[in-house]
Amino acid sequence: MAVKRKARIPQEKCASCGSCLEVCPRGAISIFHGCYAQVDTSLCVGCGLCSRECPAGIIQVEVIS
Amino acid sequence: MKQKHWYNYLWIWSILYFSLGFANILFAWLGLISFCLPLLFAIVGGNKLFCNRYCDRGQLLRFLGSQLGFSKRHDMPAWMYGKAFRYGFMVFFFAMFGNIIYTTWLVSSGAASLQEFVTLFWTFQLPWHWAYSGNVAPATAQFAFGLYSLMLTSEIMALAAMLYYRPRAWCAFCPMGTLTQGVCQIKCK
Repeated sequence: MAVKRKARIPQEKCASCGSCLEVCPRGAISIFHGCYAQVDTSLCVGCGLCSRECPAGIIQVEVIS
Repeated sequence: MKQKHWYNYLWIWSILYFSLGFANILFAWLGLISFCLPLLFAIVGGNKLFCNRYCDRGQLLRFLGSQLGFSKRHDMPAWMYGKAFRYGFMVFFFAMFGNIIYTTWLVSSGAASLQEFVTLFWTFQLPWHWAYSGNVAPATAQFAFGLYSLMLTSEIMALAAMLYYRPRAWCAFCPMGTLTQGVCQIKCK
């Protein structure tokens, strides 16, 4: 079975600053009404750029099989 | 590579703002833009588009920390992006903003005299008299000195956080960011 990597953002910890949005090369991240960042898993390729840039370091790249 | 837009260069405004205030303190009044615009976006639009796209400070931090590589990128402790600290810092920050307004009122009523200082971290007074020529009401100048002090203090905190933590570490506990997110969350319910 193919293994995929996807970013996961815990909503309750997100400040919705948009740092992740800015660096995502796939446009997979959006800010839901200024409340939190969310990932469109159909676009996310799990590159980890958002995880590296998140000021709080709360974004995890998870392996999904 | 992403296409560059005019708003990708707003980081220049940060440098321009502090330079202008160094030459003439009255330019510090322009700092109110950074207070009003994010609130306007949140209240009218129900979004954080200011933080996400137009924040000059966020862009400057990213430019210095990420693009020029000045950030050490250490992980921030969890309490620093936790709700207690974020809301506590926001209350403190706006209490200090309230103090600026109170001092301005004291000067305008004649109960206090104009302090031609920029005060860093609410403690250290830096002489700044060259930036004020005395051609406006003392209260107008007092508010400018106060606002510039607040802006410069928070800029130094943001730069220090950028150097040690991640580039936009300031954004994790920025008082304006916390306030506008709170507004958005209320609007979302």
